[in-house]
Amino acid sequence: MIGLPEIIAGVIAVALNAYVLTGGADFGGGVWDLFATGRRRGRQRELIADSIAPIWEANHVWLIVVVVVLFTGFPSAFSMLGTVLHIPLTIMLIGIVLRGSAFVFRSYGPYGRTHWGRAFAIASVITPLLFGTIIGSIATGAVADAADKIDGAATFSEVFVRPWAAAFPAAVGFFAVALFAFLAATYLTVDTQDEELREDFRIRGLAAAGAVFVAAAVALVLAHSAAPRVAIGVVGALLIQAATAVAAIAAITALWLRHYRVARLAAAAQVSLILWGWMIAQYPYLIPPTLTIRDAAAPAVTLRLLAVGLVVGAVILLPSLHYMLRTFKTKRRA
Amino acid sequence: MALSLGFHIIFAEIGIAMPLLMVLAEWRWRRTGDAIYLQLARRWAKGTAILFAVGAVSGTVLSFELGLLWPSFMRLAGPVIGIPFALEGFAFFTEAIFLGVYLYGWERVSSRAHMSAGLIVAVSGAASALFVVIVNAWMNTPAGVTVDAGRFVTIDPLAAMRNPSTFQQVVHMLLAAYASTGLAVAGLHAAVLLRNNTLFHRRAMMVALTIGIPAALLQPISGDTSARAVARWQPVKLAAMESLLDTQRGAPLHLVGIEIPRALSLLAFRDPDAEVRGLSAFPRDVWPPIAPVHLAFQLMVILGTLMALVCAWAAVTTLRRREIADHRSLLAALALLTPAGFIATEAGWVVTEVGRQPWIIGGIMRTGDAVTPMPGLAVPMIVFTLIYLGLAAVVAISIASLVRETT
Repeated sequence: MIGLPEIIAGVIAVALNAYVLTGGADFGGGVWDLFATGRRRGRQRELIADSIAPIWEANHVWLIVVVVVLFTGFPSAFSMLGTVLHIPLTIMLIGIVLRGSAFVFRSYGPYGRTHWGRAFAIASVITPLLFGTIIGSIATGAVADAADKIDGAATFSEVFVRPWAAAFPAAVGFFAVALFAFLAATYLTVDTQDEELREDFRIRGLAAAGAVFVAAAVALVLAHSAAPRVAIGVVGALLIQAATAVAAIAAITALWLRHYRVARLAAAAQVSLILWGWMIAQYPYLIPPTLTIRDAAAPAVTLRLLAVGLVVGAVILLPSLHYMLRTFKTKRRA
Repeated sequence: MALSLGFHIIFAEIGIAMPLLMVLAEWRWRRTGDAIYLQLARRWAKGTAILFAVGAVSGTVLSFELGLLWPSFMRLAGPVIGIPFALEGFAFFTEAIFLGVYLYGWERVSSRAHMSAGLIVAVSGAASALFVVIVNAWMNTPAGVTVDAGRFVTIDPLAAMRNPSTFQQVVHMLLAAYASTGLAVAGLHAAVLLRNNTLFHRRAMMVALTIGIPAALLQPISGDTSARAVARWQPVKLAAMESLLDTQRGAPLHLVGIEIPRALSLLAFRDPDAEVRGLSAFPRDVWPPIAPVHLAFQLMVILGTLMALVCAWAAVTTLRRREIADHRSLLAALALLTPAGFIATEAGWVVTEVGRQPWIIGGIMRTGDAVTPMPGLAVPMIVFTLIYLGLAAVVAISIASLVRETT
């Protein structure tokens, strides 16, 4: 049955999807900054910076929307995540702080560009790694299990470390880094007019696609033992899996054949489908195997107000976002 | 958490007021065609970019820390205070989008669109502050909930937003932002003017003062109404602010060691003989730490008064058609007051937060019951302290070099 709690959860899912496609790609840009090589590495870094500078802060706010709607609509889920995943969330936050501030210091700050650039690049790898790890650990059900043990005789490590410091969450972490790098590379091929740079990022995109494939395979193998629900769900949701595969093949083929706009669209579709595949697989659970969307939902009065707030917010936000992207992502008039 | 907030509050203040300054400068440029104003707008926009980025990431840390440090508080209060937080999220989103347009759109959008983008940034910055302070006001004087055995039986998030502290706290915070930032920017430029009297810094100081002076002059009035609201709704906090131990009629006001008879009764209740309840009227286990609250309150009042006095001096100077920039002692006073507003803000924040202890939600939930069960919290504390100190240092160096850049 679909009611207000499910709709609000759907909003979180959409915001998370938007964050992955926009903010995720910005982190991916940082990954390519770290791996900038060859004669053109200076120009590669410049392209990355120009491409994300005007929009990364707005992109980043999607994450804040996810957090805020989560703690308003599903306070007990937020509380559980904040408690059990305290350590990885804190590391991710440090990554977020360093990435953002290093990026702006690189443009405006003291001590030259090199050091800040390096800090920006490293933080851009760490943050999505932890982001993926956190999602992976939620999927295994270990978070909910650990939350049950807090009041008992469980050790520190059983509650606060083991749920996320495991093979499957780590594999999802690497998967996220590879995916974001893949996204960023395909976006960058569209963002530049320079044929050499475009070729650089085409090759990088293809390499990242390979990494995505390997990471996905590893995660899928591990999923059978670590996250039975996801494994069953993923196999069960054949349709989504088939669609993901089609999008992936389309993205790689288009990149190979230099149809960059098609590649960008297909890559975005592929990443979105992967995300939705995970979320649909664990429906109706927010945090499997115990906390469902209904269990975690805030009282109806809050959800209704939140829904009104979200509609009002969307009315202001969507035209603004459209305006921003039109301003910065249409071809520069020389 | 306290640390992150204490760090964030300064950046938030600057983030609220700075866009207004840069838009004012741009508006002056478009009106007068004086290129100095354009230069000023661009320079301030750069400063805003740095501070906004750091403010944005420290704000992100805060939104997560609510769950990382206070999971039980959020489980209880999330449904009540989530709405203003959600609205804040959207205001912040709007701010981020249009700041991007403003910073990188000088050549890409029309002049009207560019000015509007700047204005939207300024308005949405103020709106974010409004929503966040509403949450804090609710924590001080919770409304819109009925409580039974530590659980909320009924909740009304809209009534919670209209709690008794909301209006005073919001006004006080916004004025604080404009006064602190306006005077800090004016002070930085005044310091340069003392050594190097150029037209650029004169203009810069005057634009900053157009925001700083009215706000600093209004702030004592807002402070007075806030104090009366505290006297009515949070008597323990008032007693701690004045370190008043025994209940008395015609209570005196202590200010830097001077005792003004009956002034506290007069200020708090508009009646020199009114009874002010002292700490001994309340059980000891609901007393906040008295010394820090009392000292912080004194500090805030003294700095606020100084700021208002210097601003009155500057206002009179301008009204008599004299140039502030030619008045060396006034310049020196302004330069000295550069950090005053931020220090007063931190002090005021200590008053409202420490003054509420031991409660995290006034009279409903104790801070100790809200904190996360995870042990070893000192580790993230130290890590974040170091990061914040580092960030603050780099920001300070960047801003200093921006101000110094000769034109």
